[in-house]
Amino acid sequence: MEKIKKYLRVMYILWLRQIKKYSRSRARMIGSLAQPILFLVALGFGFGPIYQKASGENYIQFIAPGIISMSIIFTAMFTGIEVIYDKQFGFLKETLVAPVPRWVIMVGRTLGGATVSTLQGVVVFFISLIVGFRPENFITAPLAIVFMIMIALLFTAFGTAIASRMEDMQAFPLIINFLIMPLFFLSGALFPLDNLPHSIQVITFINPLSYGVDGIRGILTHVTHFGLGTDLLVLCIFVSIILLVGTHLFTKIEA
Amino acid sequence: MKIIEARGLVKKFDDITAVDHISFHVNKGEIFAFLGPNGAGKTTTIKMFTTLLQPTDGTIRINGFDPTTQPHDVRRSFGIIFQDPSTDDDLTAYENLEFHGVLYDIPKDTRRERINELLKIVELESRRNDLVKEFSGGMKRRLEIARGLLHHPTIIFLDEPTLGLDPQTRNHLWDYIKSMNQKEGVTVFFSTHYMEEADRMADRIAIIDHGTIVADGTPKELKDQTSSHSLEEAFLALTGKDMREESATGIDHLRNMRRVWKK
Ligand SMILES: Nc1ncnc2c1ncn2[C@@H]1O[C@H](COP(=O)(O)OP(=O)(O)O)[C@@H](O)[C@H]1O
Ligand SMILES: [Mg+2]
Repeated sequence: MEKIKKYLRVMYILWLRQIKKYSRSRARMIGSLAQPILFLVALGFGFGPIYQKASGENYIQFIAPGIISMSIIFTAMFTGIEVIYDKQFGFLKETLVAPVPRWVIMVGRTLGGATVSTLQGVVVFFISLIVGFRPENFITAPLAIVFMIMIALLFTAFGTAIASRMEDMQAFPLIINFLIMPLFFLSGALFPLDNLPHSIQVITFINPLSYGVDGIRGILTHVTHFGLGTDLLVLCIFVSIILLVGTHLFTKIEA
Repeated sequence: MKIIEARGLVKKFDDITAVDHISFHVNKGEIFAFLGPNGAGKTTTIKMFTTLLQPTDGTIRINGFDPTTQPHDVRRSFGIIFQDPSTDDDLTAYENLEFHGVLYDIPKDTRRERINELLKIVELESRRNDLVKEFSGGMKRRLEIARGLLHHPTIIFLDEPTLGLDPQTRNHLWDYIKSMNQKEGVTVFFSTHYMEEADRMADRIAIIDHGTIVADGTPKELKDQTSSHSLEEAFLALTGKDMREESATGIDHLRNMRRVWKK
């Protein structure tokens, strides 16, 4: 019992550290909002008329959940990958020699990164309201946060796992371009998953992000592809796996 | 009682053998100096002692535990002041210490008390709420030292603790370490390439050069053994070269330059 309390205190201080670091970095906050705003405005208004003509639906209604997800993925990936900075600037050693199991460190960090990313998603949600997005039901809309948290956890842990195996930031652009971008584009964030060629459909099915986007969209606009239950189940499985893998890799770090 | 013991310890990095079959021990309550020129293998040895690196061969006992198979027990036994910076620049001095205190499960009141005491000793009291990124290299070093001493461990490892510190802080620091050693029986293991520091502070010394231990014993024994008057002479007699002239490896050299410059 005493042990659990101690672990919770350690997780809390790690969580707090992430929050403090993030709130002290104006540039990062603003930078990570610029991209979703650009996507909302450019795509929402740019493709809006075409989408409307083709489907009779409002495109902002469709992509807002996708853009919310996007902002979460990027922030989560970045906070996860911060492990590399901590490695390079030496701070990681401080946590690696502490008499605390590495999984506690990993979970604390992940919760911190996930909190920051979820908040980011909430902010983008409010921005989307300004641009014209309207949830079907304002009372149930806050439930979307469950899916935001799942996406945030998934990608923070994923970023941490990758960073555990990297020595410096050189491979980072590769990861963004060959992993994160494809995951994002093939997740149903920007276009509906029905009527896709079979091979692409298969990819979207094994992409965990598809279920996150679908969940957020399901709650906010009452349109879902897989069903909310399936979304939540699949995400839970993915989050558990990646947390386990991430913890394993994190435990193996040498300094 | 032996509290640190290395037997046949080896660490290879690809083709470099950084530590080459070293064996020695440190007794409980001792102040022990690990003396050697840059690139001798001091940091690598300390990293293996402190669970940060896996040995290629050989065995280690720290406080009765094996760092490879019982890392958690080993981690509970020591505190460390790293050679390279390891504070978080985006946090304040106080937050860095508070973080450490929670990590090491120091009760709140003791934590506050010790943080205040240590901030005084390293003369950072007036800067406690400033972000570490605004600190000079010397100030960061002092913060790092305060942090390493915060939890009063059984063994404390100090990797070149006084490199780049002014004489006054250096003396304060050693006074504090000595009093911890005397009052609480903390075993002190420090690496240095300053002979006089080893001579003055250590109960016993091991001299390492090119990854091997060339001699160990009390400062007096080392001098007697080589019939020298100073450790400097003893080192010369033992290794056939003057440590001052020993050229540092490129990276170590740059690293030290960086620290001096940042000050
Ligand atoms: N991670 C590493 N990879 C390759 N070589 C290393 C690494 N760490 C240390 N070395 C090499 O091992 C030798 C011993 O280094 P080190 O233990 O840092 O010496 P010291 O601390 O005594 O100055 C040096 O030649 C150094 O360049
Ligand atoms: Mg060294």
